[in-house]
Amino acid sequence: MRSTTLGTPAVSLRHITRSFGPVLANDDVSLDLAPGEIHGLVGENGAGKSTLMRILYGLIRPDQGVIEIAGRPARIQRPADAMRLGLGMVHQHFMLVGPLTVAENVTLGREPRGFLGATTPARAARAVAALAGRYGLPVDPAARVENLSVGAQQRVEIVKALYHGARVLILDEPTAVLTPQEVDDLFRVLRELQAQGTTIVLITHKLAEVTALAQRVTVMRTGRVVSGGPITEFPVERMAELMVGRPIPPLRERAPRAPGRALLTVIDLEARDDRGLPAVRGVSFEAREGEVVGIAGVEGNGQHELVECLAGLRPARAGRVLVRDADATTLDARGRFAAGLAHIPSDRLRRGLVPDMTLAENLVLGRQRDPSVGRGPLLPRRELDARAARVLTEYDVRPPEPERLARQMSGGNQQKLIAARELTRGAAVILAAHPTRGVDLGAIAFLHQRLLRERDAGRAVLLVSSELSEILALADRIFVMYEGRLVHETTPTATNERTLGLFMTGRAAAGAPRPALGHPPQAGQGAPSTGRAERPEAPA
Amino acid sequence: MSAADLPGRVPARGHPPQAGRGGAGEAARGRTDLRRAILLGAAPFLAVALSLAVGAIFILAIGEHPIAIYALMLRESLGTGYGIGQTLFKATPLVFTGLAVALGFRAGLFNIGVEGQLYLGGLAAALAGIALAGLPAPVLLPLALLAAAAAGCVWGAVPGALKARFGAHEVINTIMLNFIAFALASFLGRFVFEPATVRTAAVGAGATLPRLDVVLPALRGSPVNFSLAIALLAALGTGVLLFGTRLGYELRAVGLNAPAAEFGGIAIGRTQVVAMALSGALAGLGGVNFVLGYKHYFELGFSAGAGFLGIAVALLGRNHPAGIVVAALFFGALSYGGLVINQRVPKELVEVLQALVILLAISAQVVTERLVRRMR
Repeated sequence: MRSTTLGTPAVSLRHITRSFGPVLANDDVSLDLAPGEIHGLVGENGAGKSTLMRILYGLIRPDQGVIEIAGRPARIQRPADAMRLGLGMVHQHFMLVGPLTVAENVTLGREPRGFLGATTPARAARAVAALAGRYGLPVDPAARVENLSVGAQQRVEIVKALYHGARVLILDEPTAVLTPQEVDDLFRVLRELQAQGTTIVLITHKLAEVTALAQRVTVMRTGRVVSGGPITEFPVERMAELMVGRPIPPLRERAPRAPGRALLTVIDLEARDDRGLPAVRGVSFEAREGEVVGIAGVEGNGQHELVECLAGLRPARAGRVLVRDADATTLDARGRFAAGLAHIPSDRLRRGLVPDMTLAENLVLGRQRDPSVGRGPLLPRRELDARAARVLTEYDVRPPEPERLARQMSGGNQQKLIAARELTRGAAVILAAHPTRGVDLGAIAFLHQRLLRERDAGRAVLLVSSELSEILALADRIFVMYEGRLVHETTPTATNERTLGLFMTGRAAAGAPRPALGHPPQAGQGAPSTGRAERPEAPA
Repeated sequence: MSAADLPGRVPARGHPPQAGRGGAGEAARGRTDLRRAILLGAAPFLAVALSLAVGAIFILAIGEHPIAIYALMLRESLGTGYGIGQTLFKATPLVFTGLAVALGFRAGLFNIGVEGQLYLGGLAAALAGIALAGLPAPVLLPLALLAAAAAGCVWGAVPGALKARFGAHEVINTIMLNFIAFALASFLGRFVFEPATVRTAAVGAGATLPRLDVVLPALRGSPVNFSLAIALLAALGTGVLLFGTRLGYELRAVGLNAPAAEFGGIAIGRTQVVAMALSGALAGLGGVNFVLGYKHYFELGFSAGAGFLGIAVALLGRNHPAGIVVAALFFGALSYGGLVINQRVPKELVEVLQALVILLAISAQVVTERLVRRMR
């Protein structure tokens, strides 16, 4: 057990203040890292935790405050200073050069030199292999980084930080892009690093991870440290309340509800990705009245293309899409809205919103030609503003000012704005792609409640998410999508994150209909099945 | 270069952006809102003031007194009825071309072909006015105006369609179509120009736009004509189109965020063609100021850069019809003022000033936007 008062802190941040315009991103923040501890730094988006760590790593200058490393005042003006002082950072978005090898990436900037200063690839590879071996980090020094999985790339980042002499490692949302198995691997590595004396800061909003790993935790909210101490004093519920600043309503119990007829029917759908490669490879399923169908999967396995194809934003190469029994396969986006589809897209700033338009204008998107909105060629601004004010209040978009630009809203409020637009379409089928990605806990709770309310009102909800906890909490039925196919069908009560993770990475095939070629198509669980996990192509 | 790289992507409706997040401090937020609005609104004026200051250095270098020169320009272009009329006359085509460029910008397109569209618009108005000279004014005048708009419309729609259909860049294609427009007018001139001149015959009396001094005697002698009224109506119409109609909504959505527009079921290609066609039509109408309102004939080279200057007008006017009217007046005053000071300083000074305004308007916009962003 590590004590918080033991000896000189490895890193000490004192009274750090930094403002961006009138917003105090860090307001008199002080934080000590004990040598060799894993320290959880938690808070909602915009709470200031990333700003604080970017200041520590020399990416941002503080307006006020001092930093001490091992008891000595440190002047950290740029990342190079931080590295020299033994600080390393693994960013959420990796800083790797894809076409270079692992060894080249790790040694970049401090390559082992040989005769006349020539680089020595063999020595670099040996050094990297030795370092990786010492900490139990499986990496292949000769592999090209762009060919590695996300989890492996993250290990390269960690090795890189260690190679540059990091004794304090800052990890910014390290598990956001990992599968459950990769998360396990990462935790093992972090514990090993800790055992060998590395101090680790874990920036995250996944509180269970902090509980699992950290000895101490610091909770930030709106630029300030609101609480902190030994992890034993901070159960998950308390951390969550401190982060949000108020109790979080528990997710409403879902009434068991017998699903009705199929509202969305997808038959043998195939679609290509932007490079023209097959991304959706024969997907068939149904979503029925009053059910949430969840599609789990590691990103990049065709979920994005599937949703776009269903929404009419990407052509189907084969197969059919029926909305309320009517063929919608050839309809464009507006035609599908009219047919009874709503769509919460995964990329809110690119697809979901026109950031430089007002909230009222954004609420019209997709309805701008509807006769229900105004008469003739005109859009009645005043009427739209009035309607927007009502909808914004109902959907808890803050502030509910129709004339405000969407760009000026926080991510959570932008997402609520999109939900407000899509859920007021009166659509029978709701496509929700990563509806809570990057939004704060309060907004997540709100959006989840709303989606469940739609389900209870008899709509069919298709939920695509890489957050398994979200899928497990909301879905009535779950499919796992892997390499363009639905490889597994289950229910939340019959599975768990671990099992789903195995299917998501293609490591499990048992217990699920994963027909080999020539086998007849198998039904999910007994007949009559509503969702076929996979159909072999061209059974004829 | 695309329209997205250019400044002037002002917030929707030209409203000043508003500050920060909601919650406490309503008054504080109101103050910040106001400061931002003032900053953003002041940027173009700042650019103008700075360019005049830099221009003063040039005037000093020539050995003249800047204040005296500027005072002379101001007095001559805005101090007399005749001067005001001249300024308004110069400003009229700039309102049209500024609107044309802005309409393109709003849809995410950079229409550099405004010059050629205006040129052909003038030619079409003249040809219609000559061919149908016998018709009475209530019939002929609308037909001549329609001809001008239609010619510009076609000349704008072509690069729009090429962009929508083949992804061919509109900047390249509109530039090329400018050359074709100039050459086409010269070629047609072989059949329609008066012998041994580079101009057509005069249009029928019914096709002419009366001068404004008919109703406003103070403007006596100046060439400003009822094209100005059409220009102001066009500005009003463009404003209503952009901010009050379904089409304008779609057009702005395409310009601001095409993937989101596609999400909303907007046909991007079709909207771009429509935007370019409307932009060309506005530019084509810009040709009537000279052809129907002033000389009453088409003459080679009459456009004299009014199309290209429209880009500057749109930039300075922030792609908003009201701003464009003001910016066109400014550039109109500048170009007439340049003529009157020609005896004391080279008329190139005015071109230098115009260029400075453009450069500084772009920088001022970037700088103020950065400031405003930091006020968050």
